[in-house]
Amino acid sequence: MALLEIKNLHAGIEGKEILRGLDLEVNAGEVHAIMGPNGSGKSTLAYVLAGKAGYEPTAGEVLFNGRNIFDMEPDERAAAGMFLAFQYPLEIPGVATMTFLRTALNAQRKKRGEAELSTPEFIKRVREAAGKLGIEQEMLRRAVNVGFSGGEKKRNEILQMAMLQPRLAVLDETDSGLDIDALRIVADGVNRLRSPQRAFVVITHYQRLLNYIVPDVVHVLSRGRIVKTGSKELALELEARGYAEYQEEVPA
Amino acid sequence: MNAEVAHIKTAAESALAKAFAEARTNLPGDDAIAARRAAAFELFAKEGLPHRRIEEWKYTDLRALMREAKPLATPPDTAAKAQAKSAGALVGDIDTRRLVFVDGAFVAELSDLGNLEAGLTVGSLADALADGDPGLLSHLGKLAPAGDTAVALNTALMGDGAVIRIAAGATIERPLHLVFVASQKPAATFVRSLVVAAPGARVMLIESHEGPAGSDYQVNSALELFIGERAHVDHVKIVGEGSDALHVSTLAAAVAARARFNAFTFTIGGAVVRNQIFLNFDGEDTVAGIRGATLIKDRQHADTTLVANHIARGCQSREVFKSVVDGEAHGVFQGRIVVRHGAQRTDAKMMTRALLLSERAEADNKPELEIFADDVQCGHGATAGAIDEELKFYLMARGLPAAEAEALLVQAFLGEAIEGIEHAGLREALMDSVAAWLKARTS
Repeated sequence: MALLEIKNLHAGIEGKEILRGLDLEVNAGEVHAIMGPNGSGKSTLAYVLAGKAGYEPTAGEVLFNGRNIFDMEPDERAAAGMFLAFQYPLEIPGVATMTFLRTALNAQRKKRGEAELSTPEFIKRVREAAGKLGIEQEMLRRAVNVGFSGGEKKRNEILQMAMLQPRLAVLDETDSGLDIDALRIVADGVNRLRSPQRAFVVITHYQRLLNYIVPDVVHVLSRGRIVKTGSKELALELEARGYAEYQEEVPA
Repeated sequence: MNAEVAHIKTAAESALAKAFAEARTNLPGDDAIAARRAAAFELFAKEGLPHRRIEEWKYTDLRALMREAKPLATPPDTAAKAQAKSAGALVGDIDTRRLVFVDGAFVAELSDLGNLEAGLTVGSLADALADGDPGLLSHLGKLAPAGDTAVALNTALMGDGAVIRIAAGATIERPLHLVFVASQKPAATFVRSLVVAAPGARVMLIESHEGPAGSDYQVNSALELFIGERAHVDHVKIVGEGSDALHVSTLAAAVAARARFNAFTFTIGGAVVRNQIFLNFDGEDTVAGIRGATLIKDRQHADTTLVANHIARGCQSREVFKSVVDGEAHGVFQGRIVVRHGAQRTDAKMMTRALLLSERAEADNKPELEIFADDVQCGHGATAGAIDEELKFYLMARGLPAAEAEALLVQAFLGEAIEGIEHAGLREALMDSVAAWLKARTS
C-alpha cells in the first residue's frame, strides 16, 4: 500500500475548480517533485492535503496510510504524520518558538497515546536540530517567525519538521525567496530526514531546489492534473524548455 | 427662567438617599469630613447615577444597569471572617503582606501587620477618620475628581479602606496586597484608600476584589495614590468579583518628577465592572506604563475608562489595553490622553485591542487625544477582531487541536499586556487565571 494515494481529486476555492482529477501515489522512502507553472494548482494541492478551511474537495479521495484524510481535522492529519512546510510561514506574536515546538510536539504525542517529552529531553532535541540548521538559541526564545528573515522562516519550518518527524512532508515552494546558502542549509535539513519510512512531496516552480533535494520521481502539474511523470531528468528538461507545452489544454 | 429639569429618581437613587440619610451620623469622621460627605452627596443627588447621555458613561449606563441599591454593609460576623481567610488566591502563591477587608471593613486579625518594614505605615481609613488624623485631610479627596458621580457617592459613604504611607527613600520589598472580599450577604460597600509614597520610595501595591458567585453585591472603591519625586510604584488591580456583582472603582494618581509608575488592571469577574483611572503627570520626566487585560464572557459588562493628563514636560506614558470578549459580553475601553500647554516633549502612546470570540460579543474602543502642546509625540491605535483563522490553521497543521490553538493565540494576545507587570510570580498567576478561563470555556 502506498503511503499517500490520491485518486481523481477535484477541489477548489469558493466554487472555482482548481484541481481537476489529480492522481498521485507516493510510497514510503520516496521523494516526489511536483513542478508546474503558476496557477496550475500546486499550492491548492498542499492546502487540500493539510486541510485548510475553504479548500474543499468536491470529488475523489485521498488516502494517507490507508485512511481517508477528509474525515480528519488538520491537527489529526498532523498527528497521523502529515506535515506541510508553508510557502509563507506565519508570524505568531507572543508565542516563543520553543513553546510553539513543545506544544505542537506534545499535542501530537498525546493524540497518538504517547507520553509527553521531559523538559531536558525536549531541550536536547531542539538544540541538536536547531544546531544542524544553524538556528541560534536566541531565535528559539523569540516569538515564532516575528522579525525573522525569509530564510530564517524557511529554516524554522524545517526545524519544526525535524522535531515533529512526520511520515509525509509536503514542502510548498520551500525554495522561494532563498539565496543559495540558505537553500543549501534547507536542502541539507531535508536530506538528513530522508529515510525508508518517510516520504516527501516537493512542490516547486524551479528546478534549482532539485539539484540539492534529488527526487525519485518528477511530476508536471498543469491545469489541476498530473500531465507527465518521469525521472529526475524531467526537471532538467523543464528547466531548459519551460512549461509552455504543458499549458495547452491536454486532450482527454 | 430657571428651567432645570428635575429628573425622577430611580429606585436605586432613592434607596441611596435613604441610606445616606440614615447612616450619615454614624459614618466615621469629624465635622469637616461630615461636611464633605454632605457636599458630595448633594452633588450625587443633583446628578443622579451616571447614564448614557453623559459622554464618559456612554457605554456604561449605571442608571439602567443598577436596578436597586443594596443596603450598606454591616460589620462582618465570625462566619464572614472565617470565609475570608482563603481570599486573595488570584495572586497565586507569591509572598505579600496581606491587608484584608471583608464587606469593606478592615479586619486586623486576618491581616499581616507584624514586622512592618522601616518607613512603612499601614492603617485603616475608619480609624484615621475617627482619630482625626491630621495628615489625612491634606491628601484625601485631592486626586479623585469630585465631579464624577461615582467618586461623589464614594466620598459621601466611604466607610473604611487602607491608609498607607511609605517614607522617603524606603524600599518595601514585599508587595502590599489589599484583599477585598464580599461575604455571602449581598450588601453595598464604599471603600476608600489612600497611598502616599514619599520621594524615592519603592513599593508594589496589589488590590484584589472578589466575592461569592450568584450574589448581587455592590462595590464602589476608590484609591488615591500620591507618587513622590523619583518614587517607583507598581499598582496591580485584580477584579475577580462574583458573577452577579456590580463593581465601580476609581484609581486617581498623581506622579511627581522623575517618578516611575506601572499600573495594571486585570478584569475577569463581575457582572458589571467599571474601572476608572485618572492620572496626572504633575512632575517632569516621569515614566508610566498603564496596562490592562480583560476577559469576559456570558453577559458580563466591563468598562475601563482612562484619562492620562500630561501637565509637566518630558513625561512618557505607554497605555496597552487588551480585552477578550466571549458569549454576549460587552467590553468597553475609553482612553483619553490630554497634553497640556506646557507639557512639551510628551511621549504618549496608547494601544487598545479587542479579540471577539463569539458572534454576539461586543467591544467598544474609544481612544482620544487632546493635544495643546506642539513638541510632542503621541499616537494611538485601536483594533477589534476575531481569532486569525490563518494563524489557527498554522497551529492546527502542527498538531494543536482547535481549542488548544485558540487558547494559545488568546494567551499570546493577552501576554503582550501582562508582560508589563514587573513581578514574575504575579505574571504567572495571571497567566494561570487566563489558562483556567480558557479551559472552562471549552470544557
